[in-house]
Amino acid sequence: MASSLSTAAAGYSAATSPAAQALYRRRRRGNAIVLSLSFGATLFGLAWLVLILGALLYQGFSGLSLAVFTEMTPPPGSAGGLLNAIMGSLIMTIGGVVIGTPIGILAGTYMSEYGRNNKLTTIVRFINDILLAAPSIVIGLFVYEVIVVQMGHFSAFAGMAALAILVIPVVVRTTEDMLNLVPNQLREAAAALGLPRSIMIRHVAYKAAMSGIVTGVLLAIARVSGETAPLLFTALNNQFWSTNLNAPMSSLPVTIFQFALSPYPDWQKLAWTGALLITFTVLALNIVARAFLSPKAHK
Amino acid sequence: MVDAAMTGVIGAGMDSAKLKRMRRFRAGDATFRGLTLGAALLVLLLLGGVILSLIHGSIPALSTFGLDFLTTQSWNPVTEKFGALAPIYGTVVTSLIALLIAVPVGIGIAIFLTELCPPWLKRPIGVAIELLAGIPSIIYGIWGLFVFAPFFQTKIQPFLISVFEPIPVLNNLFAGPPYGIGILTAGFILAIMVLPFITSITRDVFDTVPPVLKEATYGLGCTTSEVVRKVVLPYTRVGVIGGVMLGLGRALGETMAVTFVIGNAHKISASIMAPGTTISASIANEFTEAVGDLYTSSLIALGLILFVITFIVLAAARLLLMRMNVKAGN
Repeated sequence: MASSLSTAAAGYSAATSPAAQALYRRRRRGNAIVLSLSFGATLFGLAWLVLILGALLYQGFSGLSLAVFTEMTPPPGSAGGLLNAIMGSLIMTIGGVVIGTPIGILAGTYMSEYGRNNKLTTIVRFINDILLAAPSIVIGLFVYEVIVVQMGHFSAFAGMAALAILVIPVVVRTTEDMLNLVPNQLREAAAALGLPRSIMIRHVAYKAAMSGIVTGVLLAIARVSGETAPLLFTALNNQFWSTNLNAPMSSLPVTIFQFALSPYPDWQKLAWTGALLITFTVLALNIVARAFLSPKAHK
Repeated sequence: MVDAAMTGVIGAGMDSAKLKRMRRFRAGDATFRGLTLGAALLVLLLLGGVILSLIHGSIPALSTFGLDFLTTQSWNPVTEKFGALAPIYGTVVTSLIALLIAVPVGIGIAIFLTELCPPWLKRPIGVAIELLAGIPSIIYGIWGLFVFAPFFQTKIQPFLISVFEPIPVLNNLFAGPPYGIGILTAGFILAIMVLPFITSITRDVFDTVPPVLKEATYGLGCTTSEVVRKVVLPYTRVGVIGGVMLGLGRALGETMAVTFVIGNAHKISASIMAPGTTISASIANEFTEAVGDLYTSSLIALGLILFVITFIVLAAARLLLMRMNVKAGN
């Protein structure tokens, strides 16, 4: 391939002046440089993924044992696990998703089914896109002001509320996009059968967009299960086992934050193990979410 | 009005059970519509609530310090003197460093994916880069602190210091003992974190270039790099800038990763290798330990500043990307 190209080039250049030949060579050289740089950039980008995952496996895997899942977070200097942190993360993530998902789906439904392209939808979409990328620590401050200060203490409930606020924009975005993809003929056919609009939406449009909406929810779970900043001053942390939603609750990310910055080696070790758990959960959710969507995307 | 008349006409020919069902359907319709409308309005309310609560929380600090809050560097919890200049400086500088690295790399990857890559490799590489965006911020933090910072300290920083030593202005920028952690390290970690956002948007807008345009340019005998520079980039300029702004918005607000590696020093140093702080790192580090209303309020005021900056950047990014979408016709 390369040799046939260069013979063609030689044949072409034989018929032209030396100056034109030089220009041609220079352009080809420039092209080769740009293309190798872009190839290099790709390798550079992929290298970080490999390096980070490699370090996580190397540092975190050795600490992985049954105790991690059965014992509480230890005081410095003694052995223990991450059970209360894992449980806290599960409770607050589930809570946040359960609160945030219905609101997100309903808002996305309005934008696609009732107000497609009207002014309100345009504004909501714009604001939602900003919420989607807004710094999560600011959401933490908001929940602190609105819930923690009013209640007078930190609580798992405040943590859930903060996570729910992060879930909403993700779900709104995917729900709207996926409902917009549902062919109008389906809606017209349902209407022709005499179905009221709300039943048409719930039984026809939702069904057609189901895999996309599920993807959105999975991506939202993936996003909030690694969030630390909004939990720091809402759910705070708790060294002990607690399922009381009205009290501070431990979570995996906040525990990692505390343990990693501590001077104790066994805490740091647990932090790495926790980091490994979170990362692979989040990446698995991401991949499953994509797999859910891909049959549709290829159509 | 019309609806009522219709029910009347249709209702005349129906028995009462059917009529009842019709009414129930209608009530269900109205309820469902109301619910969805309420949820959509709630999204607007959320943003309004965030802004109002931040303003409310920062009133004590802003009324005590006034505009000096934005221009002073001191951050002293003991004497209760607070100024936001050092965190603002840190936020802006780390984000700029991140963009300086991530923009060329991101555009490079997008060029590779759209122009060079064999089709079967496109999806795996695209997904792998996007997975970088899926890794939680705190993981970048722990990795940055324990793996990247020591490497940076022993290999990269001494190299940079010796290279820039003889150059007049730059030797101040790259001066001082190599701590490993600091503004430059934070900027570098941020670059890796925003890379996937810039890459995926750049790739998407590159894909909107009509193939006819590219084919015509190739037909004139242009090389791939000439096609990219003279057709693809000019055509997609607005979209690429939008993607970069979106990346900037992410970098400005990024919290946990930066908190780990920036060193948390409330001062502005000439050297970008020195420890510093950012708005988000200050809040994350100090908020739960802040004693006194003025301290807490100053941190919330920092949050307000951060939110205003990111709001402007993200809004600009969205407007640019919307213009790009209009151009692409979808």
